[in-house]
Amino acid sequence: MKNGNYLLTGLTLPNGSKSDIAISAGKITEIAPNLIAAEGFTKVDLAGSIALPGLVDLHTHLREPGKEDAETVLSGTMAAAKGGFVAVSAMANTSPVADTAGVVEQVFALGQSAGFADVFPIGAVTEGLKGENLAEIGAMADSRARVRVFSDDGSCVFDPLVMRRALEYVKKFDGVIAQHAQDPRLTQGAQMNEGEISSRLGLKGWPAVAEEAIIARDVLLADHVQSRLHICHLTTAGGVEIIRWAKARGISVTAEVTPHHLLLTDESALSYDPIFKVNPPLRTQKDVEALREGLADGTIDIVATDHAPHPAEAKECEWQEAAFGMLGLESALSIINQTMVTTGLMNWETVADRMSYAPAKIARYAEHGKALTVGAIANITLINPAQSYRVDRDLVASRSRNTPFHGMDLQGAVTATFFRGLPTFLNGKLASIHEGSPESAGK
Amino acid sequence: MKHLLSINDLSKVDAISILDTAQELARVSDGPMKKLPTLRGRTIVNLFAEDSTRTRISFEAAAKRLSADVINFSSKGSSISKGESLKDTAQTLQAMGADAVIIRHSASGAAQRLADSKWMSGSVINAGDGTHEHPSQALLDAFTIRKHLSKGATDLAGLRVAIVGDVLHSRVARSNVLLLSKLGAQVVLVAPPTLLPVGIESWPCQISYDLDEVIASVDAIMMLRIQLERMSEMYFPNAREYSRYFGLNSDRIRAMKAEAIVMHPGPMNRGLEITADAADGARSVIVEQVANGVSIRMAILYLLLAGNQEIAENGVSS
Amino acid sequence: MSLALPAPDIARALIRISHEILERNSGSANITLLGIPTRGAHLAKRIASAIESIEGTSVQMGTLDITLHRDDLRMRAPRALMPTVIPSLGVEGRDVVLVDDVLFSGRTIRAALDALGEIGRPKSVQLAVLVDRGHRQLPIRADFVGKNLPTSIEQSVVVHLTELDGADEVLIEGPLP
Repeated sequence: MKNGNYLLTGLTLPNGSKSDIAISAGKITEIAPNLIAAEGFTKVDLAGSIALPGLVDLHTHLREPGKEDAETVLSGTMAAAKGGFVAVSAMANTSPVADTAGVVEQVFALGQSAGFADVFPIGAVTEGLKGENLAEIGAMADSRARVRVFSDDGSCVFDPLVMRRALEYVKKFDGVIAQHAQDPRLTQGAQMNEGEISSRLGLKGWPAVAEEAIIARDVLLADHVQSRLHICHLTTAGGVEIIRWAKARGISVTAEVTPHHLLLTDESALSYDPIFKVNPPLRTQKDVEALREGLADGTIDIVATDHAPHPAEAKECEWQEAAFGMLGLESALSIINQTMVTTGLMNWETVADRMSYAPAKIARYAEHGKALTVGAIANITLINPAQSYRVDRDLVASRSRNTPFHGMDLQGAVTATFFRGLPTFLNGKLASIHEGSPESAGK
Repeated sequence: MKHLLSINDLSKVDAISILDTAQELARVSDGPMKKLPTLRGRTIVNLFAEDSTRTRISFEAAAKRLSADVINFSSKGSSISKGESLKDTAQTLQAMGADAVIIRHSASGAAQRLADSKWMSGSVINAGDGTHEHPSQALLDAFTIRKHLSKGATDLAGLRVAIVGDVLHSRVARSNVLLLSKLGAQVVLVAPPTLLPVGIESWPCQISYDLDEVIASVDAIMMLRIQLERMSEMYFPNAREYSRYFGLNSDRIRAMKAEAIVMHPGPMNRGLEITADAADGARSVIVEQVANGVSIRMAILYLLLAGNQEIAENGVSS
Repeated sequence: MSLALPAPDIARALIRISHEILERNSGSANITLLGIPTRGAHLAKRIASAIESIEGTSVQMGTLDITLHRDDLRMRAPRALMPTVIPSLGVEGRDVVLVDDVLFSGRTIRAALDALGEIGRPKSVQLAVLVDRGHRQLPIRADFVGKNLPTSIEQSVVVHLTELDGADEVLIEGPLP
């Protein structure tokens, strides 16, 4: 089977034209309508599917090393493949923290051997994510993992001097600091968006200003030191305004939004079910609309999943005891279809940009985020926008089950994922690109 | 009605029926019948994951007067203090055959989690969850106000009630705003702006920062306990300043309407939110609130546990 | 549905019961009438006024709600409590006459005896009912009966009283025996 010759038929390209795609030896060899399968080619009928450049996630928690009960690099990249991703960026808040060359190389190698997607480790900005001393940023950048994105995600780089230094330091190798914007003093013990709902529920509020104040500070810092800043998981209408202002000023800032912040609001918390507890918190409908608008007009550059697996016991408890975070990889593209495409806010060209071209460009992933052209590496994601399905947490590829979308009907199903010319997900089955892959070992 | 988690679970009719039932039960308890056989053979668990002697003994007295078997499962000396999860605790109680669990917990929403989960099948009664709600306290407060001020009406229409103090952290305030307004009273919350939650404009009540402006217009005033740690969290400068602006003292007592009453859910910080002469004076119904608490809790237990809930919900009766 | 007892018959029955109560107890001095809400309470009130017009003196009269003592609580939806009013002389040492509308299984009366036992120790307890329809499940009988109505278990007996229902009548619903 794995001779690497595939003919994908019945596709629609992001620009709306109908086409078939031939793949051989990891590359796209032909793009044209009505191709005839040559000798030795496996024909794959994907009628109704849109072909997108392979998706790239800039914000993924793979939990390995340290929390292998929640997720491993293998299980997390299987979830990625199922969701149409060919590259994921492993966040640094593992145990040990990815703040040395050793840890990032280990994670990188685990990704390579799994063979479901490229795993690009994100390095910590500060040692142990403590926000005090810079981590060995240079060593991580020079390691085999060639880290370009640095983040203390989960914690905010709160000290403005530390943030300034980090922004300056990564200029040496064209790196970027991805900030988790959360003023820790304004969010002590915070549980959910501060507003009418938090007051009614008696859950400690997480004000929008705690996020916006840090974004405002950091765009000014980035401007001052002329470096690249990336804002993780933007959630507020005010944050979108600040990014819009900064971009108009020519400041080198990029921003991401998660699928769940484009769909869910703080009203989900009315159930007190901590499956909806996430950092940053779900906000209001007004924020959701501003985020959708910002993503559509390019103020927000990319979609990132913030895929955050947790074991059952971290969610089967009282809200305030529960862990923050939700699964994201497997449902991301469906939610973007539902919130942005079916609503007419974005076309598939724009989806390709927000979920492939732009994230690859921000993170400098040279082999990713390329348009579907003859000669390009065959990283292709296929989605049938007409197909709907019901999310079932018992059927996820992730090792954890904490999806907030359980029981929801989502519109638009990933039908296949090709990673370097080989199907990692096809006909409902996952497969590694390596021969004799540990396909079943992940679950 | 299977559970009592929030005042939102009750319609106005339900709330009045609880008050009426409590009134009859109070009459029974005041008379020679101290003990009723109503809940004989039922097992009620007092699950107190947060210290609260008064609420626990109030529910315990109510359950025992109705002849239920009461098991106390409180934080000290139980597995809760050893970090057992709510899920494991609930499954243990289910295995023991608890017909109802009265839960007090420091986490907002803990009662609802217990009721919504499949961990146990009995009734859940919220005896105070974090800074969310304390419905039985609001019901006993409404009962006390009705008894003194309603002039025979079943609801509280036309009455004005001030709730003063730390509204932000108060489950008593949340439940009372919902219940008293449902019963037709006009509620005014009085607090420094730091102790009022964001989004309070949507609550069915008025807001004031000035106790002296409000005091002469109310029929009942409810003082909330102010915790001293709020000072270190900078909600107000110090105890003296808090008392000066938001404490109930004899000058303010004198400014009140002739028949107005003074309430406090307890435990009081005498000298901080209320002076001793205000707490013990002629207007004070604070001790009576405690007695009314037992009647209200008997009524809740009776209405939740005595009947057959399936029949109640399906409307079928033999 | 058939009319088992029209208004004039009800009036006559209550007068007769009043006389029988007085006869049995040698006057009204030691009698305490306790009506079981809802309709029993109204019947007790009528008997009390009949006794008063016969004897010319007032009689001790109250209500006894037995809801909290019922043994079938778990088989029904929760019901609202009705007032229990014990008259000034209490029940201790009195000749208590319980008054109810229909005597059926006897369980209501058992609950009433339990409730009464919690309040005090009467000298005697007697039972007056407007209708005895049979089908007893407990060893209980009435001392004063307005009318014995043979019924089948499938039927139901409905008592209407002017105070609540606008008219006095006793109806039998359901298939004939």
